[in-house]
Amino acid sequence: MFRIAKKDDLPKWKSMLIRIASVFVGLILSGLVIVPLGYNPVTTFSALFGGAFGSSSALITTIKIAIPLSITALGLAVAFRMKFWNIGGEGQILMGCVFATYISHQMPQSTNGVVLIVLMGVAGFFGGAVWALIPGVFRVYFRTNETLFTLMMNYIALFIVQYLHFVLWRNPASHGFPGIKAIPLQAHLPKIFGIHIGWIIALFLAALVFLLIRKTKLGYEIRVVGESEPTANYAGMNVKKVMLTGIMLSGGIVGLAGMIKLTGDVYTLSPDITGNAGFTAIVIAWLSNLSAPVIMFVSILIAALEQGSQIIQIKSGGSAAVTGIIQGLILMSALGAEFFLRYRVVRRKRYVQANHPVTGEISGTAEQPSSENMEQKDKQQIADDANHVSEGSEVVPEGDAK
Amino acid sequence: MNMSFIVATFFASAIAFSVSLLLGTLGELLTERAGHLNLGVEGMMLMGGSCGYVAAVRTHNLVLALLFAVLGAGFGALLYAVLTVTLRANQNVSGLALTTFGAGLANTLGSTVPNTNTPENIAAFFKFHPLELEHTVNGILSFFHQISRFMHIGNSSQAAFQPYHINNPVLAFINTAFLSQDIFVYLTILLAFLMTFYLFKTKKGLALRMVGENTAAADASGLPVTRIKYMYIIAGGMLCGLAGLYIPLVLQGTWHSDITAGKGWIVVALVIFVRWHPIKAIGGAFVFGALSIVGLSIQQFSQLSSMIFFNQYIMVMYPYILTIVVLVFTYGRKKAWRGPSAIGSAYFREER
Repeated sequence: MFRIAKKDDLPKWKSMLIRIASVFVGLILSGLVIVPLGYNPVTTFSALFGGAFGSSSALITTIKIAIPLSITALGLAVAFRMKFWNIGGEGQILMGCVFATYISHQMPQSTNGVVLIVLMGVAGFFGGAVWALIPGVFRVYFRTNETLFTLMMNYIALFIVQYLHFVLWRNPASHGFPGIKAIPLQAHLPKIFGIHIGWIIALFLAALVFLLIRKTKLGYEIRVVGESEPTANYAGMNVKKVMLTGIMLSGGIVGLAGMIKLTGDVYTLSPDITGNAGFTAIVIAWLSNLSAPVIMFVSILIAALEQGSQIIQIKSGGSAAVTGIIQGLILMSALGAEFFLRYRVVRRKRYVQANHPVTGEISGTAEQPSSENMEQKDKQQIADDANHVSEGSEVVPEGDAK
Repeated sequence: MNMSFIVATFFASAIAFSVSLLLGTLGELLTERAGHLNLGVEGMMLMGGSCGYVAAVRTHNLVLALLFAVLGAGFGALLYAVLTVTLRANQNVSGLALTTFGAGLANTLGSTVPNTNTPENIAAFFKFHPLELEHTVNGILSFFHQISRFMHIGNSSQAAFQPYHINNPVLAFINTAFLSQDIFVYLTILLAFLMTFYLFKTKKGLALRMVGENTAAADASGLPVTRIKYMYIIAGGMLCGLAGLYIPLVLQGTWHSDITAGKGWIVVALVIFVRWHPIKAIGGAFVFGALSIVGLSIQQFSQLSSMIFFNQYIMVMYPYILTIVVLVFTYGRKKAWRGPSAIGSAYFREER
């Protein structure tokens, strides 16, 4: 009856339209789900929107939430380009914070603020990079499944931080309450327009990642490795080196996100410092199709949902968890929409079953296209054949592959 | 308190803690055997737990609670199946989306029954331990005592009933550690054995494993691949829902938000740890459960818990390190089986 076939690359505006439509479908679906739970969709969505963008203070909070989310998503996107499924963002954020906190505790009290912040940034990058490289090395040399390995690393990082929080770094000055000593005052990120300069760093990193992927040799190699490792190998690339470099960058940027949240927002390392950013950022990176500029935009949207949820709780006495429903459904419909970007459903008019004259095999999948879209079908067929060799969305320039 | 009693009660609580892990592992195992890594276990456990618990509080009916837990989590699994089987979405991200959605739904739903406890009748059902020796033996003995008194048999018919007490220390240990559990525990263990038989000794089990190993071959041999995948993903989700229900209904006796507290993620680790084998899951779940709570018990022994390797925050780490070791060895050896090979990739018939 129906057959599913690969689709050619859509024009950009069309795929954009489908993606935006999918977000709206997600919103409608979540509206349908929250009604039986006793929430009015209209008031809920307007409360969400008002809570996130309604006043300048609300907007500042939204952006504050978006900063670590966007940087984490940028980092993860680098790994995802290589089809290295780094779901260890949580752990890498935590380890970035651990290393940065360690530096801030070890440096003398009189250290200059700028020096301290830079050192902490380097430490944060290092911490995240190390935490990503451990599974990375095993992936590259032993082909260990990185999805599960990075997931486990999240827990180990979390328990390390709990140990530091409750035992090893427990601040004796906190009157018996568990807690780690806050970072010194001069290590706090300065503010511009009422928001710590993390937003400038985030924009800068977005540009950097964009240029890295699009304009540099390493970025090109990363994309080729992601498309096909054998291809990269044939082309003479050092696949192992490319992967490890990419993984290090990915983890490092994620670690930096942790350091920025630490120095810009919370000032104290605690087990719940990530606020699930490592997982939410996966969602953001995926929704943005791994494109750095889009990541910045989507981060604001997701941050708005998180910030708005607080308002729902305060204003209507409902549960803040309701945004989880909305977020989950938007993501699901965006994931589902991807199908319509990549495939097309073809109707089978007549199914001719004929035995192959020589081998006797059934070769009758030949379909009779209906007359109205015959012409379109032929074009499609030719395009299919042409695209047969280089499947996938990313175009690999042939001349460079040497 | 003597040492063997402490150890026995520790074993008992470790087993009670592990049941939900075991059930979840069995569910996720089915899903992964069909070639789908569902990272939404945490979400499905929360969905099943909240739906079942709310039903229990509203209706005081255990059967309805079980039914709603199964339906709630099954719905979550269905969403995942539609995304990953029919729409061929990325499995990792779909699972994460399911966890986000499930947690949101569960915590919203759970907030409609604040500060409630498990209804008395249901709690009483789970307090009954069918295999507990003293209780069972005394029940049988008093039954015969009543009969013999009624029939005037023997000389002792006028004597008072002498209840049975366990004197043997080994028997007492076994009784406290392993036999004082509710019926849910034993049914779950039984399920693990049945599932092993199903997977490795039946035709349907073979079909399931084939779909997970080589989807294209299964398709070519005429198996209804899509239907099989849907069936086991949803069945797996339903088991996760029951696992989720056990936590608020029995272990905690109340609902609070994010009640599973990461158990769903432990399950994902466990499935690899036991290498996709249901019987090994019994031992694996016990090891993970025991290591998760041993840190708390060990605090009684101050000279032990002051050592870093016995610190409770370090000890909870061991299951995950162990999983990584298993993972590395599973994938490291050239000829080793690395789990269902279709895991992670969407099947597309026309892709060559």
